[in-house]
Amino acid sequence: MAAVTSLGETPLTAPAGRPRGMQAGRRRRLNIFRYTVFTVFGLFFLLPLLALARFSLEGATLGTWSVTAWKQIASYQNQNTGIPPLISAIEITLELAVITCAVMLVLLVPTMVWVRLRVRWLSRTVEFLCLLPLAIPAISLVVGLGEIYNRIQRISLSALMLFWVYVILALPYAYRALAAGLTAIDVTTLSEAARSLGASWFSVLVRVIVPNMRAAILNALILTAGVVLGEFTIAYLLLYTNLQVELYSISRNTPNAGVLFATSLAALLLTGVLLLIMSYAGRPRRGRG
Amino acid sequence: MAAAATTKTGARPARAGRRRRLTAPAWIGAVPFFAYVAVFLLWPTGIVVVDALKNPNGAWAFSNFTELANPQVRGYFIGSFKLCLISSLSGAVLGAILAYAVASGDPDGIIRRLYISVSGVLAQFGGVTLAFAFLALIGPVGVLFHASWYFDFPWGIALIYAYFQIPLMVLVFLPAIDGLKVQWREASENLGASAWQYWRYVGAPLLAPAFFGAMLLLFAVALSAFATIQAWENQIPYVVPQQISTALSSEVGLSNVNEADLLALGMVIMVAIVMTAYALLQRRAARWLR
Repeated sequence: MAAVTSLGETPLTAPAGRPRGMQAGRRRRLNIFRYTVFTVFGLFFLLPLLALARFSLEGATLGTWSVTAWKQIASYQNQNTGIPPLISAIEITLELAVITCAVMLVLLVPTMVWVRLRVRWLSRTVEFLCLLPLAIPAISLVVGLGEIYNRIQRISLSALMLFWVYVILALPYAYRALAAGLTAIDVTTLSEAARSLGASWFSVLVRVIVPNMRAAILNALILTAGVVLGEFTIAYLLLYTNLQVELYSISRNTPNAGVLFATSLAALLLTGVLLLIMSYAGRPRRGRG
Repeated sequence: MAAAATTKTGARPARAGRRRRLTAPAWIGAVPFFAYVAVFLLWPTGIVVVDALKNPNGAWAFSNFTELANPQVRGYFIGSFKLCLISSLSGAVLGAILAYAVASGDPDGIIRRLYISVSGVLAQFGGVTLAFAFLALIGPVGVLFHASWYFDFPWGIALIYAYFQIPLMVLVFLPAIDGLKVQWREASENLGASAWQYWRYVGAPLLAPAFFGAMLLLFAVALSAFATIQAWENQIPYVVPQQISTALSSEVGLSNVNEADLLALGMVIMVAIVMTAYALLQRRAARWLR
């Protein structure tokens, strides 16, 4: 989040690099415009987070400072079970993110490569199905999911079962990232070369194609994890507890608002830092293409 | 069935290769994917559509659609439409300004890279926590000030939505601005055009399809958003998703209709219309952005 504030200052050292064929006066006006825009939007994006931070450090009376709320995150007890619900909710959400990412990869990468190599005529259908969840809001999907989850719950009651539908929710984002990676490499030539050297389809996929689209796969994983970490609608309406649902129920039940704000901020920072790290980890490889 | 489908996928290409000698058609390889999507996307959608057209006793009742004209139900749709219009319009305009400010800088500069990754993160920041952040900022005991309109329906929540709509607009619209060639600007300047004339006769017409396409995307996003508005105000349902949630968790509602299914179908239809228009506009915009 500190990234946003620094935006206002950094342009001073980096001159507008692209030759735009503009007169000096016009460029100066453009730069004033840019700094103003960066400052205003930077404030807009930063202030709510700062407010959240301030509230999480609120003492017993308004206007005082204290770190009690942060200490209470780990020990915040549910009166009924005695297990810290926040910790278990965070744990479940992270596990869900990992499982969803894994299933997404195993399901989507082989299918997309296979369709591209061998069954081209299916590619429009696959694309349509992958983008379809954008047109069917989660809130609509959940109405029909009730019946299906009734059956799943006969087998397992674990909240981890949410991954089945989270894969669907993340499908459009993962598909787009992977499709961009697939078009960037020559899949046909690569696989023909590998096949003529005696590779099985499995090693074509795992040892030739996947390493060549590592950046795209990483992007797909980031987006998938992002979807899972922020998901509320489906978990809430199917009566599962993930991080967002737990935060929501704390906001309804607890008299201690500090815990709520501290956890919200912790969740935001956790997600943000995770996504930023993952997106930077993927960057240097992209240039190699 | 679905469990079997996913476990198969890992080894699938190898097996399909072996099967080829047995002349199994190549599309067999795509079966696990289709099975998964069928079970977890197409089937629930089918349930919604079918149940929306039935009464609770299970008999077909196509007259259910007249319930959409019921003033109470219509109110939720109007509320959704109002909120989406305001938030997509403001998000698109402000996001476009920010995207232009980002695009006019150094293309490899640190500002641009930072802004793109930060936008990627913020565009995902919907959800419960976002509502709490604004509550802390301008809520009844807000740090900055107390906005008396914080709990007013379209405006308070539209401001909160702007927090993820603007970054989303930056992500979607930036490629379009990058597609404006420097040569076009130089050509118009050589012909003596002022900055305003350049934007009026060259820039704006070129960017219009991409702009309205992106706006439709924001509209669809705002339409299906639920977590943020539910955390913002959960007593009064203002928009369709909230009412679906209420209908799902209580028996109160329209007496002879599967209300949740009907509303859900209404949402699907609305989003489908918007997304189709989006796809058409994107195709038109793509013409210039090569």
